[in-house]
Amino acid sequence: MLTIRLLEEKVAALYSEQEIKCPIHLCTGQEAIAAGVCFHLKKEDTIFSTHRSHGHCIAKGMDLKPLVAELYGRTNGCARGKGGSMHLVDPENGIPGTTAIVGGCIPLAVGGALSARLKGGKDLVSVAFFGDGAMDEGSFHESMNFASLKKLPVIFVCENNFYATNSPQRARHPQVEIVGRAKGYGMPGIAADGNDVQAVYHAAEEAVSRARNGKGPTLLEFKTYRWKGHVGPTPDVASGCRPAAEYEAWMRKCPVDRFTDELLKGAILTRQEMDRVIAEINTRIDEAMEYGKSGARPSPSELYDHVW
Amino acid sequence: MPWTKIQADETGRPGIFGAATAAVRELSYRDAIREALAQALERDSSVFLIGEGIDDPGGVFGTTVGLVDRFGPDRVMDSPIAENGMTGVAIGAAMTGMRPVFIHMRVDFLPMCMDQLVNHAAKWSYMTAGRVKVPLTIRAIIGRGWGSAAQHSQSLQALFAHIPGLQVLMPASPYDAKGMLLASIAGDRPTLIIEHRWLYDQKEDVPEKPYFVPSGRGLVRRIGGDITIVATSYMVYEALRAASELEKSGISAEVVDLRSLQPLDETIIIDSVKKTGRLIVADTGWKACGISAEVAAIAAEHCHRALKAPVRRITLPATPTPACYELEKAYYPTHEDIIRSVKELL
Repeated sequence: MLTIRLLEEKVAALYSEQEIKCPIHLCTGQEAIAAGVCFHLKKEDTIFSTHRSHGHCIAKGMDLKPLVAELYGRTNGCARGKGGSMHLVDPENGIPGTTAIVGGCIPLAVGGALSARLKGGKDLVSVAFFGDGAMDEGSFHESMNFASLKKLPVIFVCENNFYATNSPQRARHPQVEIVGRAKGYGMPGIAADGNDVQAVYHAAEEAVSRARNGKGPTLLEFKTYRWKGHVGPTPDVASGCRPAAEYEAWMRKCPVDRFTDELLKGAILTRQEMDRVIAEINTRIDEAMEYGKSGARPSPSELYDHVW
Repeated sequence: MPWTKIQADETGRPGIFGAATAAVRELSYRDAIREALAQALERDSSVFLIGEGIDDPGGVFGTTVGLVDRFGPDRVMDSPIAENGMTGVAIGAAMTGMRPVFIHMRVDFLPMCMDQLVNHAAKWSYMTAGRVKVPLTIRAIIGRGWGSAAQHSQSLQALFAHIPGLQVLMPASPYDAKGMLLASIAGDRPTLIIEHRWLYDQKEDVPEKPYFVPSGRGLVRRIGGDITIVATSYMVYEALRAASELEKSGISAEVVDLRSLQPLDETIIIDSVKKTGRLIVADTGWKACGISAEVAAIAAEHCHRALKAPVRRITLPATPTPACYELEKAYYPTHEDIIRSVKELL
């Protein structure tokens, strides 16, 4: 969670250098969900994510170096600069792809679960990360229906941050309680505070356990809030995209601060230990930034590679 | 890889719709497809079939009959009518180690899958610099006749052939139907195979053992010197019929079966047009921005000096398909339209 926060803060700070020449969709404020869910996943389990996938990929175990190099569009990036921020990939760590078409990753994750089922042998699971915007798409319905029908080992994780780009959920949904939709598919749904990593952890534990034990899919709804604009390194509140009071209220519910406080208050970590952890993470981030910035730029001859 | 056991077999290849010989069996287009599916399922446990109604007694016009009994419902899987979602499911399975074959009874259902085909299947290899492949095969069938009308008869190959990263094949012969299907299942490219319902009863010699027909290569079905007729799918048959008729008038027409639309065999078009100096393109689809336009453009780009006459295109009229017999009859071009155009150019 802290790695995601610190890396994205660094990326946001350096974005104005215009060396990262691709759109970035930051998940700052939503880190607890990626961390709480992926904690339960094995390396071979698969996740399918969206244009806002930095957090999911880091939590799933992706090395920061190829991630950052991909943002910089270099050949040492995870996709040699062909995917950019919206298409991070790391198949060896169970990240077959991240898609920038809203709702697109949901059936893909069901396919990953079908694959796990048909191959048999291992109790692998597949996870779809998506936002409340994806609830508007038909692919959500099609995927929930088929996954429940076949009792596939998939976990549907909805990060409800109340906005699809700048359209509020209430302008798009007659029924804002997303978790309730699970019932219509004969599937359990669990809602939890998306800014409380322990609540996410416990909800995901139940869903992953069900999936691993052949009991089928679960819909998880985690309410959370995106601190930055839909795209780019800065908040969009000043431009009137979201109400300032709403934004301020959510800023007081920072998932990273909340968990840090719990660790310190519970004497699980001392301030000193915490500072050491932060320093270690910052060192890794600095190394990743250096790796990314110093990577070779692709030759134009690579343009036609990898079409097939 | 189980697929290494399969060797391409270039022997015993007759012309399109050739007669059976003692050495090789004659098989219908329909049965050639079914045999290919069965052989793929037998040889590779990562292959599975999915599609609405594929386990029906009718078995998608006979092409999947009996397969569910042999291979079970997990490998011959009926699907909800959720074309886009299920395409995504098939792609997700393909990205994680499986080789699905998704079967649609009509090409007309493919526009429902546009997001997953165009934005996802066609993009994963490129977006991941080749780290993730989508070995997905999609079969879809063009209907025709008996009032199939506007939503059960479309020939939409051009929509898909426009997209880099999506392989589009239109086998016209039983030999190619089997070999192209096996090659695409064994290959790593997302592939759309468009079949024409009117080809299903055509028969020719088809080897029993598995073999591959590669993509990106057309085939000269008939050698000629006066004019080139480049055709797709069922129109190959009309072109061959036209060529036979024209021979009686002393006109020698060369018939090129495109077979693979993406990638397209430009060389076979260029070589033939440079030889004959005249080109007619006969496609099962519409004219505007279609396959015939692409072939004509290739001739214009590469054969300008060789062309002795304007290029002609035989395609569907620019209307949806009508249902009633009289209008349907007027709608579809035949070998007679090809013959008329040839005579105008010579």
